[in-house]
Amino acid sequence: MTVRDIPASESGGRPPLDLSGSRNRSVSETAIGVILFLFAAFSVVTTIGIVVILLYEAALFFQDIALPKFLFGNTWTALFQDPEFGVLPLVRGTLMTTLIALFVAVPLGLMSAIYLSEYASPRMRSYLKPSLELLAGVPTIVYGYFALTFITPQLLQPLFPGVFQPLNAASAGIAMGIMILPMMASLSEDALRGVPNSLREAAYGLGATKLETSVRVVLPAAVSGIIAAFILSMSRAVGETMIVALASGARPANGWSPVEGMQTMTGYIMQVFTGDVVYGSVQFRSLYAVGLLLFLMTLAMNILSQWVARRFRKDYQ
Amino acid sequence: MSTDTQERTSPGRSNSVIKDGGEFDTSDTIIQLRDLNIHYGSFHAVADVSLDVPRNRITAFIGPSGCGKSTVLRCINRMNDLVPSARVDGSIVYSGVEINTPKVDPVEVRRRIGMVFQKPNPFPKSIYENVAWGAKINGYRGDMDEHVERCLRQAALWDEVKDKLKESGMALSGGQQQRLCIARALATEPDVILLDEPASALDPISTLKIEELLRELEANYTIVIVTHNMQQAARVSDQTVFYSLNERRQGVLVESGTTAKIFTNPDDQRTEDYITGRFG
Amino acid sequence: MSATTDAQSLEPAAVRRRWRPRIDGRKRTSNWLSRVFFLATVSAVALLVLLLGVLFYRGWDWLSLDLLTQQYSRNAEGSGFQAAILGSIWLVAGAGILSFVIGVGTAIFLEEYAPRGPLTNFLQTNISNLSGVPSVVYGLLGLALFVEFMNIGRVLLAGALTMGLLILPIVIIASQEAIRNVPLGLRQAAYGVGATRWQVVRHHVLPAAMPGILTGTILAVSRAIGETAPLIVVGASAIIFRNPSGFFSDYTAMPVQIYQWTARPQEEFKDLAAAAIIVLMIVLLSMNGIAIYLRQRLGKDRW
Repeated sequence: MTVRDIPASESGGRPPLDLSGSRNRSVSETAIGVILFLFAAFSVVTTIGIVVILLYEAALFFQDIALPKFLFGNTWTALFQDPEFGVLPLVRGTLMTTLIALFVAVPLGLMSAIYLSEYASPRMRSYLKPSLELLAGVPTIVYGYFALTFITPQLLQPLFPGVFQPLNAASAGIAMGIMILPMMASLSEDALRGVPNSLREAAYGLGATKLETSVRVVLPAAVSGIIAAFILSMSRAVGETMIVALASGARPANGWSPVEGMQTMTGYIMQVFTGDVVYGSVQFRSLYAVGLLLFLMTLAMNILSQWVARRFRKDYQ
Repeated sequence: MSTDTQERTSPGRSNSVIKDGGEFDTSDTIIQLRDLNIHYGSFHAVADVSLDVPRNRITAFIGPSGCGKSTVLRCINRMNDLVPSARVDGSIVYSGVEINTPKVDPVEVRRRIGMVFQKPNPFPKSIYENVAWGAKINGYRGDMDEHVERCLRQAALWDEVKDKLKESGMALSGGQQQRLCIARALATEPDVILLDEPASALDPISTLKIEELLRELEANYTIVIVTHNMQQAARVSDQTVFYSLNERRQGVLVESGTTAKIFTNPDDQRTEDYITGRFG
Repeated sequence: MSATTDAQSLEPAAVRRRWRPRIDGRKRTSNWLSRVFFLATVSAVALLVLLLGVLFYRGWDWLSLDLLTQQYSRNAEGSGFQAAILGSIWLVAGAGILSFVIGVGTAIFLEEYAPRGPLTNFLQTNISNLSGVPSVVYGLLGLALFVEFMNIGRVLLAGALTMGLLILPIVIIASQEAIRNVPLGLRQAAYGVGATRWQVVRHHVLPAAMPGILTGTILAVSRAIGETAPLIVVGASAIIFRNPSGFFSDYTAMPVQIYQWTARPQEEFKDLAAAAIIVLMIVLLSMNGIAIYLRQRLGKDRW
């Protein structure tokens, strides 16, 4: 028996049904879909805008300054009479402040994550977690203030008399470490909490203590999530601007000494904009070359951390 | 059991005639499924289902869990369109119109073929709004207060809620919520109501109320109900459809017929095993 | 003879000799380190307290109504930053509206309209990468695009647009999360009575997701209030003597003014900056408080 066996007229004696839907409604539904798509496309346009503008202005810069000279040059005197644009001193400053920040944030962040995920009672957690979030909500300019007016003069200089200069990479790095600490802690905590309970039970079942379970079983199982957290925190530190602009000085570093001022890539951009630079000059374009380098570095780190995190998710599905 | 079902064939209800073979008269079929095959991604979930659903009758889908009975049910009002990986092949004819085609707007289908879900899912709005919303968006032009009252009465809920129509539907008990969901489905004046295990989350007394309600609704609506409870199928339905899994783990329709026949004298050994295994 | 009559003594000596579980020592280490972990967590809170302490110690004497009612002046004494406060309000309003409209629209598209596939994956990856772009790079974008290319100039609108782009990914991600948390049953119920996609979204999904979306938007906006670098890049000036008159006016913002005062060599300006930071932090903490309150309420009595 087939469909044709029931003519429409016989199906309850009603007129044939039209189920094709109202044209007006389908037009307006489609229009809404298109509008929403345009909204979504906006973020792609933003990305394209960033890339095109950075590439365009940087290309103009590299017409004057050869790319290898920029990438491998060891002298940065952009705002002087005979400017040289070797970016390595700025990269060194960025690396130094970032490393110090990680030195502060990683141990504290990891221990906090272990405590919050494995040890804390729900009640304790409900107090501590919001305070971490508050710390994350403090603007970076405030950390910069803290580095400049407290960490250097009240902490570092009294502890090591005569060692630290008023503007130094160490204070900026420490403040940056406090800034990225909440991020490191909460992302790592998410990774730890993602580890299935059966694994913990297995460890306890063998007679492991809480510490052995947390550190030797749960932590290694969450390692890719923690690495992702580490990379993201690092990327945040690399792109941070106001702390280094205030505390790390405006002198491109020759060496690796954190007790001295070390200008970073972001610090240079700030320095130019708080002074007077002519639009279209080579100094102006150097900003975009530095910005492009900064963008590429953070982008690479973000993609890397997503890749690592995605691998983590696969492990437990 | 069989006497119970026979009694329910009350006079003047429908012109359907139960033939000797335990089949319904095909001239008053409202929904026809032919060679329905349903895939979720690469998983072939339901294979070759063909079925006639008689008008103004209650049809029950039974079978072991995972056998595709809910999946078939959800095809009938195109709810599977909302599952991106789902693909439905075959023919679904409703009142003489093929509805499993992109030309048919699923929104139009769902107004005429309403649905009640396993877990009561009232909107987080007032009781009144819960019922009125579907009618409102479908452009109901009559007196809305009257309409809401009529639907709530039909769903046997009016007396319990008439003094608190402005209160949230979420505040009702589970059984009341499910009857509210039925009233909500009635409010678009559908021909067909699909119920996907409507009583599985309810206590026995609420379940009984729902079953009584279904019998009353039968006079005006075609009802298709998925149930995991065979007694329930025997209690409420006119036609019973038994689904099972074949050796390739695909859901297949094993047998359909009058409820009396399926529960007393099934043709297929698998049906017999399932029925007796459970009852026995 | 009391504590040692346990399982140990029941074990044959030969078995016992093969094992040295050192339970006591391991337990001691575990307990000891649990305290270290606790202290590490508390240290974050302690740092917050220390930070606030430093700010209040330096800024307390400078907290006065002058700060709210006066403008920038040559001397720290009697200086205020009313123009900066109003500038921040204008900026945040503009950035908030822009990112809310586009962000919620994007989230609806990704969660309710777009089929899962290469397109959504691409959009999603793009959004998460945008959220990782340093804020100063957004400043460079705003400068080249709004200030120079579109020729808007160094006015408030350029700052608001730049800030809007900066917080857009945060709003999108938070809105998506809120929309995703709306139970499937609610959508099915609405589709089941014959609603169109937009009717389902407009009448059910959006109202149910709105507390979450607002929480995310407030958090994003509070990030915008504290952002300094992109504003300096797109030309917010710290030396402004009058309040902004609209989107095409010269402007400054609270963090820009704070930066300028902090960077000055005189200690009294640094103290003034501390007082200004306290004002900024009060605004921020109350916004964060509202957001946390909204979210905790969201956790209860819903589905």
